Amino acid sequence: MTMQSQDVVKRSATTRPSPSVRHGVEVAKLIDTSTCIGCKACQVACAEWNDLKEEIGDHVGIYENPLDLTANTWTLMRFAEVEPEEYEFDWLIRKDGCLHCGDPGCLQACPAPGAIVKHANGIVDFVSENCVGCGYCIAGCPFDIPRRSAKDNRVYKCTLCSDRVAVGLEPICVKTCPTGCISFGSKEQMKARAQERVGHLKARGYANAGVYDPEGVGGTHVMYVLKHADQPELYEGLPKDPKIATSVALWSGLKPFTAGLMGLAALGAFVHYFAVGPNEVEDEEEETGKTRAAPPASKED
Amino acid sequence: MSGKSKLIQRYTAGDRVNHALLALAFILAGLTGLAFLHPSMFWLSSLFGGGQWTQFLHPLFGVLMFVFFFVAMVKFWKYNLLTGNDFRWLGRLGDVMKNREENLPPVGKYNPGQKLLFWSLVLAMPLLLVSGIALWQPWFAPMFPIGAVRVAGVVHVLSALVLFLGMIVHIYSALFWIKGSTRAMTRGTVTDAWARKHHPLWHREMTSGEKH
Ligand code: SF4
Ligand code: SF4
Repeated sequence: MTMQSQDVVKRSATTRPSPSVRHGVEVAKLIDTSTCIGCKACQVACAEWNDLKEEIGDHVGIYENPLDLTANTWTLMRFAEVEPEEYEFDWLIRKDGCLHCGDPGCLQACPAPGAIVKHANGIVDFVSENCVGCGYCIAGCPFDIPRRSAKDNRVYKCTLCSDRVAVGLEPICVKTCPTGCISFGSKEQMKARAQERVGHLKARGYANAGVYDPEGVGGTHVMYVLKHADQPELYEGLPKDPKIATSVALWSGLKPFTAGLMGLAALGAFVHYFAVGPNEVEDEEEETGKTRAAPPASKED
Repeated sequence: MSGKSKLIQRYTAGDRVNHALLALAFILAGLTGLAFLHPSMFWLSSLFGGGQWTQFLHPLFGVLMFVFFFVAMVKFWKYNLLTGNDFRWLGRLGDVMKNREENLPPVGKYNPGQKLLFWSLVLAMPLLLVSGIALWQPWFAPMFPIGAVRVAGVVHVLSALVLFLGMIVHIYSALFWIKGSTRAMTRGTVTDAWARKHHPLWHREMTSGEKH
């Protein structure tokens, strides 16, 4: 839900500015994957706070549970056993969920006015009562995050606890994390903290440690500290250089162009009608049974 | 001899019913589609009970449109093959636009403009169907990889553009420009003079054997 106290800097399928008189601070959540123990407290807390209940599934012998994000699971711990280099083993755990992009692909693809908004504080929120259920956001997102609910034909994802943040609280996952690996604050603070953590990791020998705050999507309001920032794909397919797909940009970019051309064509017909006028069978043609000039191939007369 | 009362059959009752259903399906698919094409037209979704209903109905209207188009296509494709004469006609679009059909090479049942319209629909309709299926939530879109859904979005918009441009020309010509055309699709007949004026070769074919 959008709140009166929150400014909106981007709104899906909207061509005029949204409320934006206030001066918001950009917030961010920082997830330090190197200190995550995979306890899933955050995953449970998210379900608790947002009143979500995942269906009981089957245990298939791996840690991920459920197996994927769903309309009821907005954050999911993903576990990857990888070999970052030859003869080296690492067990990587990543809390998956919406990254709250600076330039959200979901919002760009959405055709329903106000079904997706980006608040001035950086939170990208789905406004379910405006959602039409087309699923275009699913195709628009470079991180494969939004999930459609079969129950109400609406699409859901992490809200970054926009309801809590609006009243000055941290997201529930941040509050719950027992190791302190998730922190929350202004984007500037979080970037500084991330650099500090990267420094520690480098000192411990992780030469490729770094921050995941991808430029291609305008930076994100959920950032990761990664030990292997040079290979984000190791973390269960975190894209290396994410950006809004060209096809998505083309798809949404062609729409106003198409609408404009249709309007022009209709205008052309309108002008033609008044400039040239209709083509009528004239009385004389009707009476005589002759056209104004006999067509060349006609055998008449 | 007066041609006033003489009428020539142009479409059968079956053709007319199918065309009317096709037109209706186009209007419904078109209005629901426009609602999602641009924010300025989103209000059209209210005509169908809101965004959720519009999202549900649009693909159904689209499939109906395709079915009725398919029926028409099977019957009429053979009348729409382009001939050498047609290119000369297309070279004189200026005369076409200015209602000077006396300067044009004579045309048969369909003029080259109508034929091109027909073929643009033969292109656009299947593209709309296939891309529409890939975008169709909830039943089909989840079966396609996200990359395919994205491309389907682009294809759907572009083929909708082709369809709409064609329809603007078609509706303008039939309802406003070429007077006397509408009755072909409402009553099945056109006047003798209309046929002679706009489709002289077809007129000859239809009236050959009769005395003038
Ligand atoms: S991660 Fe996906 S769902 Fe989240 S803001 Fe970015 S584009 Fe939207
Ligand atoms: S499904 Fe996604 S793209 Fe479609 S209206 Fe809802 S939020 Fe917007």
